[in-house]
Amino acid sequence: MDPFEDTLRRLRETFHAGHTRPAEFRAAQLRGLGHFLQDNKQLLHDALAQDLHKSAFESEVSEVAISQGEVTLALRNLRAWMKDEHVPKNLATQLDSAFIRKEPFGLVLIIAPWNYPINLTLVPLVGALAAGNCVVLKPSEISQGTEKVLAEVLPRYLDQSCFAVVLGGPEETGQLLKHKFDYIFFTGSPRVGKIVMTAAAKHLTPVTLELGGKNPCYVDDNCDPQIVANRVAWFRYFNAGQTCVAPDYLLCSPEMQERLLPALQSAITRFYGNDPQSSPNLGRIINQKQFQRLRALLGCGRVAIGGQSDECDRYIAPTVLVDVQETEPVMQEEIFGPILPIVNVRGVDEAIEFINRREKPLALYAFSNSSQVVRRILAQTSSGGFCGNDGFMHMTLASLPFGGVGASGIGRYHGKFSFDTFSHHRACLLRSPGMEKLNAIRYPPHSPRRLRVLLVAMEARGCSCTLL
Amino acid sequence: MEHEVQRVRQAFLSGRSRPLRFRLQQLEALRRMVQEREKDILAAIGSDLCKSEFNAYSQEVIAVLGEIDFMLENLPEWITAKPVKKNLLTMLDEAYLQPQPLGVVLIIGAWNYPFVLTIQPLIGAIAAGNAVIIKPSELSENTATILAKLLPQYLDQDLYIVINGGVEETTELLKQRFDHILYTGNTTVGKIVMEAAAKHLTPVTLELGGKSPCYIDKDCDLDIVCRRITWGKYMNCGQTCIAPDYILCEASLQNQIVQKIKETVKEFYGENVKESPDYERIINHRHFKRILSLLEGQKIAFGGETDEATRYIAPTVLTDVDPKTKVMQEEIFGPVLPIVPVKNVDEAINFINEREKPLALYVFSHNHKLIKRMIDETSSGGVTGNDVIMHFMLNSFPFGGVGSSGMGAYHGKHTFDTFSHQRPCLLKSLKREGANKLRYPPNSQSKVYWGKFFLLKRFNKEKLGLLLLTFLGIVAAVLVKKYQAVLRRKALLIFLIVHRLRWSSKQR
Repeated sequence: MDPFEDTLRRLRETFHAGHTRPAEFRAAQLRGLGHFLQDNKQLLHDALAQDLHKSAFESEVSEVAISQGEVTLALRNLRAWMKDEHVPKNLATQLDSAFIRKEPFGLVLIIAPWNYPINLTLVPLVGALAAGNCVVLKPSEISQGTEKVLAEVLPRYLDQSCFAVVLGGPEETGQLLKHKFDYIFFTGSPRVGKIVMTAAAKHLTPVTLELGGKNPCYVDDNCDPQIVANRVAWFRYFNAGQTCVAPDYLLCSPEMQERLLPALQSAITRFYGNDPQSSPNLGRIINQKQFQRLRALLGCGRVAIGGQSDECDRYIAPTVLVDVQETEPVMQEEIFGPILPIVNVRGVDEAIEFINRREKPLALYAFSNSSQVVRRILAQTSSGGFCGNDGFMHMTLASLPFGGVGASGIGRYHGKFSFDTFSHHRACLLRSPGMEKLNAIRYPPHSPRRLRVLLVAMEARGCSCTLL
Repeated sequence: MEHEVQRVRQAFLSGRSRPLRFRLQQLEALRRMVQEREKDILAAIGSDLCKSEFNAYSQEVIAVLGEIDFMLENLPEWITAKPVKKNLLTMLDEAYLQPQPLGVVLIIGAWNYPFVLTIQPLIGAIAAGNAVIIKPSELSENTATILAKLLPQYLDQDLYIVINGGVEETTELLKQRFDHILYTGNTTVGKIVMEAAAKHLTPVTLELGGKSPCYIDKDCDLDIVCRRITWGKYMNCGQTCIAPDYILCEASLQNQIVQKIKETVKEFYGENVKESPDYERIINHRHFKRILSLLEGQKIAFGGETDEATRYIAPTVLTDVDPKTKVMQEEIFGPVLPIVPVKNVDEAINFINEREKPLALYVFSHNHKLIKRMIDETSSGGVTGNDVIMHFMLNSFPFGGVGSSGMGAYHGKHTFDTFSHQRPCLLKSLKREGANKLRYPPNSQSKVYWGKFFLLKRFNKEKLGLLLLTFLGIVAAVLVKKYQAVLRRKALLIFLIVHRLRWSSKQR
């Protein structure tokens, strides 16, 4: 018994009937999404607090407001984005109409993670709906509170003939992936990313994979340790470190480390007080499994700051580890928790070499007063995104695409990039049925003379076309 | 195999392929190769497909030269960072997109246009600063051999290598890790390529195929329509991924279409098509037999002659074709043109939509509304209205499929983009830390408000002046300690802006 068969068939039928194509329909869906966010703000905050002990500030700023911003951006620009894009023509096509038509793919599957369960579910959804697709949403079963709201409340705000929420764990998701989709958008770990792409390959389904990795954070000797500590600490411990673009580990010289440690302690105390466990501004680990995994990492290197944990509360203190070896587990897997290891390097060269030995990360950070150093690191490394002298601020700009490279992901989204991701860009050339004489040169029989004419035409190139 | 790929990766890691000058040099060397060794290249293509020099040149070589020139002209601009629009939070920062090479790229070529379908992607991959492994199709043996011989003579021998071989070698190759794979070929192998790529999370561009439908409306000039279709269909003996695969039209048009195509074939290839130097042959016996089997049980309106020894199949048209028969079940990739009668355009659209999304779609009509409807109600990689093939020729178009006809696209700048990572970069300064205090805990309700305020940056013009003033006020407060001169300049700017905005809002 396939639990998804009916739902998928229903959605496909809606798509084939063309209901999702008109701009008005798409705008109505987006407005519905906006209302969902506005009407249920408290409900969402409560769900996020339940799942991740997220503070009102974090819930608002990193989940609801971001999603709202994307909805507003899409509504404002929908018609402009949907418009046919005319392209420059060459000599052969001067008299024709040449444009790129943005078309929905059809049935889109969005698989969302648990760490930013509203943001990372709804922002892709905005793009998929704006592009005119029908959507199957598979929220994470791990963030149970939010999953409930998305499953029970969200569908009331959208047209259910073209939108469905499906629930389940790895087994159900595996079953779901056996079906054919026209696009799959996945946010999660590289391990599961491979499973998703393999399943997609069977149907030749294009994918966007927003994965992760260990995001390096290089701190140069030439900078103010307190400012760096403020910024790094905030981005590291935001959402209790459960952020795909959080600085995963620090690279700096032993001297810088000496200056950073007290600065980090100062920042942590200022942010979360003397007893971070009682601070309303620090999140909790999502579940026992992740908690146990992180607690084991506390045994790596030496705890310089923090290190406390509380199993009942799934609390891990904002921690900094030093004397960490590259072979230790904390440097082998994406941490995804409030633990910041410091690895010592003797300068920019060694840092760059260290970074390039490893998988391409989702984000890369470099702190220095010298813009030369920052630019050098940028030029000699690769990563999904890059921010100099701050944490993941680059994500707040909708004009910058968000995505990984290499093991950190395939594809990108945010703002217009979401719309483009969920659209097929169809090349359309409308020629005139007349003017046949112009085509004469392309028809056989061909002669050596014609070859000469063609060569002359090529020499006098203002075009890069063929078969004039 | 692993050793070869490692060698290429080491070459990439040396950084040699990245400087603009190097990329331009390699592209110029490639251009020289094509010009100096033109005869060899044309001969190789010619012997693989029985293609005349003119056809090989005009179908393959010209496109390659054009693409190289296009890259040479535009590359300096493309590799520069592109600034992007900023918001209030990032107003004083640098925000841009920086294109970077991906690393080691694998290009698997096809046999039907063995030169251009291998070299055109190569051009973009080199332009984007990557190292490249090229695996030409083993079916077009001579071109594969000539590429393996010529490329090392002109290009960097460690960064760009040719690996030849059949299914076994390709399977071995696909086990290796690449940073992008571009494959041109059929759907079955496309799935294998993507599955292999999934093991390494390698992005892919798959240029596949399908049955490209061609709808002929009542309201058109059949003379012209049939000439264009004949040209596109029988070019390269039908072995073109975007050839019009089959025709959909009203039954009453069939006879005329057959007649006119017949006349055009005679005009193009003469009385004895076999003798025409402009008519190619089927690539090998396996495909020859395959296409032959598609003719079984069909009503051959004209053509149908074959000669196994030379792998010749005459330009053929079938009429009253039953959609359930074999010829309508697979991509023909040969000089056989089935006509499937439909009642009207509605039936044609349904027919097309019941099937896999094709690589190309063609519609012939004087009625612009009908063409628009065809496009609106179907999907395909690309479309040419009132002609065939031509959308392939414009490199400002992304060329690629959708659904089972492929994923991703290339040509022109799209090739450069396919083989680049467009890296978003935000460069901030370590100054103005005061402004950040807004975001740090401990949080409060007012901070929530301000956080949203700065994030949701859409404001109408009347409020903008006030907000600009507020933000600049905060900035000024931080800067006032250090930069008095700067503050004075900024104050003047603030004054001018606010004054201008007040003046413009008063106009309303």
